[in-house]
Amino acid sequence: MFAAFMINAWVTASIVAVIAGVVGFFVVLRGAAFVADAVPTGAFAGAAGASLLGINTLIGLGVFALAGSLGIGWLSRKARRDVATALILVMMLGLGALFLSFTVEYSSEIFSLLFGEVLGVSSNEIVPVAGLAVVCVLAIAVLYRPLLMSSLAPESAAARGVRLSMVELAFLVIVGLATSLTLPVVGALLIFSLMIGPPAAARAMTNSPLAAIGLSVVLALVTVWVAIAASFETNWPIGFFVGAGGAVCYALGRLVGHWRRSRIRVRPAVA
Amino acid sequence: MTPAVTADETRQVLDVDGVSVRLAGRPILDEVRFAIEPGEFVGLIGANGAGKTTLLRVILGLQAATAGSVRIGGKPAAHARGLVGYVPQKIQLDPDMPVRARDLVALGLDGNKLGIPLPSRGKRKLVDEMLAAVDALRFADERVGNLSGGEQQRVMIAHALISKPRLLLLDEPLANLDIRSAQEIIELLSKRFAKQQQVSVLISAHEMNPLLPVLDRIVYLAAGRAATGTTEEVIREDVLSSLYGHHVDVLNMHGRILVVAHTDEGFQVLAGDDRAAEPGHPDHSRTGMQA
Repeated sequence: MFAAFMINAWVTASIVAVIAGVVGFFVVLRGAAFVADAVPTGAFAGAAGASLLGINTLIGLGVFALAGSLGIGWLSRKARRDVATALILVMMLGLGALFLSFTVEYSSEIFSLLFGEVLGVSSNEIVPVAGLAVVCVLAIAVLYRPLLMSSLAPESAAARGVRLSMVELAFLVIVGLATSLTLPVVGALLIFSLMIGPPAAARAMTNSPLAAIGLSVVLALVTVWVAIAASFETNWPIGFFVGAGGAVCYALGRLVGHWRRSRIRVRPAVA
Repeated sequence: MTPAVTADETRQVLDVDGVSVRLAGRPILDEVRFAIEPGEFVGLIGANGAGKTTLLRVILGLQAATAGSVRIGGKPAAHARGLVGYVPQKIQLDPDMPVRARDLVALGLDGNKLGIPLPSRGKRKLVDEMLAAVDALRFADERVGNLSGGEQQRVMIAHALISKPRLLLLDEPLANLDIRSAQEIIELLSKRFAKQQQVSVLISAHEMNPLLPVLDRIVYLAAGRAATGTTEEVIREDVLSSLYGHHVDVLNMHGRILVVAHTDEGFQVLAGDDRAAEPGHPDHSRTGMQA
């Protein structure tokens, strides 16, 4: 499974895991799981459109992911975010259905975008994916404190001069970027589990936010590595193993969290 | 007016000058006017819906005033953010968030800055000192979401004060606290921060009684208008009747002050009773003393 043709798969999947681990931490913290589900699922329609026009599906993917994120950010200024997200999602899915109905032949490429095709990554795709990954991680690092503060105590953050709507919009764009680059590898339906399972597990295992991000990356890496190996051995789709891995991570996190809580001794009263 | 007043103005930490706010055409605040000096502990008292939060948001520069102005340390509110600490209403910290009390306090120091925070000995010392000042050091490394209401208030106060503001605004910090925790918070704010460190404190509350013994002055809000002065100057039948626009009685029931209106259906407690703040429960707010 470490043959030359598999190297691209290992490298790309590892990049994807780092992204999902870092961005996913804030997705979970900010309660944006639905956004992280809707953006990749809707962006799939962009790939369908691009395929119809005969252009690179990655471009369609990126355009739709960004447009979806910005649309959610714009609509949720005045309305609840979950409603805005649902609205954007159904609009994009509707377009996807339209594009697919125009496509005469059944496109296996689009199918792979839904469920992931880690072996289909070519070496000239690694550079752009790595570049976008660096952009995403750097953006999270730059916005780390305003993101954390506005997730914890939004009113205090606003009083300190943090512009909540700008932070939210920047965060949604990062989710959109992260989505469009992770999607071809693990698939639209399963990025979600990689962005939720490992971070949700990590936050139960430690009390420190930076440690939780680190742990989230480690868990995401282990999940994709195990998924690639298992997929190679069994010939089952990698998406299945990523999804299962995300769920296992989460269960593990809950168990560790429970164990940690049961060990906390009663604090002595005021001395 | 007199030279003495001019001298006071330079000392003023907060100067709220004729602030009016209309939201969607509805008047929320009407010509509210008061000032706070260094180290003063001032209560912003009024029922829910009287405009307390709106007034605090105007002072913070988060809500534009329709008329009037707010100056903090002589500067317009929007340019004085570093001078103000804020503890918002109804803090709900998620127990699932992997954030320790010390992380939240550190964010009070530099949470609006960009980049990953670099650990430094000086910063850690500052955070420890601040946690000690609010008696929160013993739960510094616990998750904020797992702390009790009173403990979370202490952490939020530390978060608001670590940047050394001259003015601390607290929005209903005593709501949902048991009596003992509330007393501890009041003592901390009035003695340690207002009196010793000369931080001016403006604390909003719908229930004034726990605060009355320690307040230097009171800003009493009713229907968007404010009466200001010492407790003796404000909690009087003539002052409050003119503020409410109808006759009210100020009753002293075993040391507890109640502001009561006489209506066709009986008596209604306007202030002084915790339940007076819940207009949704007429059974509670009416004492049923007809007869």
